[in-house]
Amino acid sequence: MIKNKKLTIKQVRKDFANKKYTPEELLADTIKTIETHDSKYHAFVSTTFDEARDALQSDEKKSLWGIPSALKDNFNWIGTKTTASSNILKNYISPYNATVTQRLLDNSACILGKTNMDAFAHGSSTESSDFFTTLNPFDDTRVAGGSSGGSATAVGLNMSVYSIGSETAGSVRGPASWCGLVGFAPTFGRISRYGVIAMGSSLDRPGVMTNSVEDVAILHKILSGQDKYDATSIQEPPQDLTNELENHKRNLKIGLPKQYFDDRIDPDVLENVLESIKLLEKQGAELVDIDLLDPKYSIAVYTVVQRSEVSSNLARIDGIRYGHFSEKNAETLLDQIALNRGEGFGHEAIQRSMTGAYTLSSGYYDAYYKKAQQVRTLIIRDFDKAFENVDVIMAPTMPTTAPKLGVTKNNPIFGELADVLTEPSALAGLPCISIPTGYDKNGLPIGTQIIGKQFDEKSVLTTAHLFEKLLNN
Amino acid sequence: MYQLVIGLEVHIQPSTKSKMFCGCNAKYFGSAPNTYTCPVCLGLPGALPVPNKVAIEKCLKLGLALNCKINKQSKFDRKHYFYPDLPKGYQISQYDMPFCYEGFLEIDTDKDAKRIRITRIHMEEDTAKSIHNENETLIDINKSGVPLVELVTEPDFQDIKEVLAFAKRLRQIVRYLDISTADMEKGQMRFELNMSLKKAGDKGLPKYKVEVKNIGSISVLEKVINYEYERQSKILDDGKNPDQETRGLRDLSGKTHSQRKKEVAEDYRYFPEPDIPPINVDDKWLEEIKIQIGELPQDKKYRFIENFKLEPSTAETIISNKNRAQWFEDAIENEKNHETIALFGKWFIRDVLGMAKVDKIKLKDLKFGGKDLLELVQMIRNGELSGTLAKQVLDEMYKTGAKPQEIVEKRGLKLVSDEGELNEIVDRVLRDNSKVLDDINKNPNIIKFLLGQVMKMTKGKADPQKAMKLIESKLSKN
Repeated sequence: MIKNKKLTIKQVRKDFANKKYTPEELLADTIKTIETHDSKYHAFVSTTFDEARDALQSDEKKSLWGIPSALKDNFNWIGTKTTASSNILKNYISPYNATVTQRLLDNSACILGKTNMDAFAHGSSTESSDFFTTLNPFDDTRVAGGSSGGSATAVGLNMSVYSIGSETAGSVRGPASWCGLVGFAPTFGRISRYGVIAMGSSLDRPGVMTNSVEDVAILHKILSGQDKYDATSIQEPPQDLTNELENHKRNLKIGLPKQYFDDRIDPDVLENVLESIKLLEKQGAELVDIDLLDPKYSIAVYTVVQRSEVSSNLARIDGIRYGHFSEKNAETLLDQIALNRGEGFGHEAIQRSMTGAYTLSSGYYDAYYKKAQQVRTLIIRDFDKAFENVDVIMAPTMPTTAPKLGVTKNNPIFGELADVLTEPSALAGLPCISIPTGYDKNGLPIGTQIIGKQFDEKSVLTTAHLFEKLLNN
Repeated sequence: MYQLVIGLEVHIQPSTKSKMFCGCNAKYFGSAPNTYTCPVCLGLPGALPVPNKVAIEKCLKLGLALNCKINKQSKFDRKHYFYPDLPKGYQISQYDMPFCYEGFLEIDTDKDAKRIRITRIHMEEDTAKSIHNENETLIDINKSGVPLVELVTEPDFQDIKEVLAFAKRLRQIVRYLDISTADMEKGQMRFELNMSLKKAGDKGLPKYKVEVKNIGSISVLEKVINYEYERQSKILDDGKNPDQETRGLRDLSGKTHSQRKKEVAEDYRYFPEPDIPPINVDDKWLEEIKIQIGELPQDKKYRFIENFKLEPSTAETIISNKNRAQWFEDAIENEKNHETIALFGKWFIRDVLGMAKVDKIKLKDLKFGGKDLLELVQMIRNGELSGTLAKQVLDEMYKTGAKPQEIVEKRGLKLVSDEGELNEIVDRVLRDNSKVLDDINKNPNIIKFLLGQVMKMTKGKADPQKAMKLIESKLSKN
């Protein structure tokens, strides 16, 4: 009935209205898809089919009613397991809702499960999930990407129509790119972080993965808007761009940073992205070559900032009030905490905590964390300057298409390297979207990203919408 | 004899409805364990702190009252250490940009006023409470996330009286400005003592510093200083240096015991709290806070001394709390005579406060007003009542709330100051006691005895001064 067709929220609502199928049928069908494929693909850490069925009893006038969806496992949802794909939290049941979860449920969201991720979002492959690796929907010998890999494969395999992910650098854009989806992360603070298990607090942004830019706008209207529970949330009402998508800017100026288009990028990717962007040029957009700081600097800055914050954010998981509690006999309280954490955390979390603790240590703070924040300021200014001349910046989302399974082995900063093209904009907290623009010679999806000014989700989404239409023609 | 070198750290819990970074009730004291909690103060994954504006305002208010500079751009920082009563594995505090810094508080010493320099005043959150039983440690999260204002002084105290005067004045200011009720029993004001000794005349700071944590009252603070003086001076007498260490208290005796030797500074891995944006303290906000400050207790004291010619100790007692000072000032607002005011002050402190204290009654709940007490004092000053009679009147005012004039009339307590009437009584007393008059030159107390007899015959209603004069003049004539 619905197989092999890229569903969108808009289409499903039309189909419901036209009685093409009922929400119950769609839900049953989706559950069947999950039951058939997920034991192999591992998009989900846990499923919530009962909750999804119950959700059909909620207000059917709300925009997400009956639309199968998936939630990344770092979003708290009352009464469900929220593990962040980690062993240390493997039995942790959320006693509260993240603001994103709450807003979804308030709009009758039908959530079928919590999706797999790199444990605590530490990675770009889901290979550092403490449970299993999520496979790429296009090639089961390849990774889906990460950290929101489960969310990507869920949509890619029609196990959900849209999914919620989160970005610290490229954790939404990256897997969206590798799985042929639209992946969007708004300005830092536009969507509340309350209830999202923190990775790098100054970088974390909830985001969405969909099959269309229109769906992004629908979800953005629901999820955006200030939140009294997040002091860093932007003090503005929800952003409704659903009726603005056609209003793209005339004489659009698109910046193409040459540092994002050099020989470090896979030739197939490079060719496809440039060719795709030319579609916009044909529609009257002006392409402007610009200079940005080399993204390689962002790798260093991002690694230090993110790992410092990780070391601090993971400190609360000590196994005392919740989380893994060691069976071994500890002599002192501190020994007990050390045992709980040592046994409970995976390799990646331990490694990042250690690096982060080091970069925050007295005597090293100035050389690492402080220096990184100073360079971060330069990166933000670098973008500000670029946006004086262009409306949006476009570039490949990822330097390559999805790599083979096992790619992260013996590569302690695989994530940071893979996300090189998404890190600068993440450090600046800019709104950005990845749009699927084609395939490489192996038939693997390629994504092109559009980066906007701070708070300028409108330019990003209108350009993306236009871009998408041109690509579909 | 050694010279004390003392610096204080004071933790004050500002009175707020909710905790520092969440909506939980901050008035946790006495509640059942783990009932005032939420994801934020429990440190659950994903929870975020949102700073409490009222708490920050109270911190700024204290800074302004203590002559501090204010950081217009301030921020919170994370201070990391692992302990089960620290739910997040870090405490949200302020590191290098405290709200307030470089201020001072002037205290009165035996000689004159002395400035104690305030290094900084910052805002942080309290930890949870560990309850150590025999074989287990229990954690009560209620206290976790309760706001704390931390004030740090320079090592400016040189004797114990200065420390106590500072602590009392600070507590007073905090209460005057409605920053905190500073209820020591509820742990709303706690001290940390940094103390060392040096030889009188030695320059600079000693090589060591002893830190005593968690001192819950001013009286214990005094005991601790005395104890530490003895302990440290003995070590110094032996030619050794006391260890640089943190010491704790087991009970209220003031005895300390070693907790942790501090050879190297602990690394708390401070970094700016990414969950809370930097805080702008603009001039408009500061002006709004300044308006709320009003007259500080020490200023009130000096004004009372200046305007009402009160003794410093009387003024100090009267201004020791705001309501008391207000009661006093309202009562005497139209009184110009300084002697009357002085006498009023005496009656107020000794009698009114005395009675109120015994019965634990607040001034505002007294049945009579300040103006009634003034009327009573004026009657004493006019010679209409003796002190003894006035006390009887006051007792009735206290019990019934009746006006002094009414009581005097109803009970016929007015002094006999009519010369003719007194004359007769004095004559009668001299007549009845003629035997003792012979010894009058040997025993000057006899004259007091005679006055006593006069008072007895008049049931205390004789004007004592007049009666005394009469007795003296009659005796000199004899």
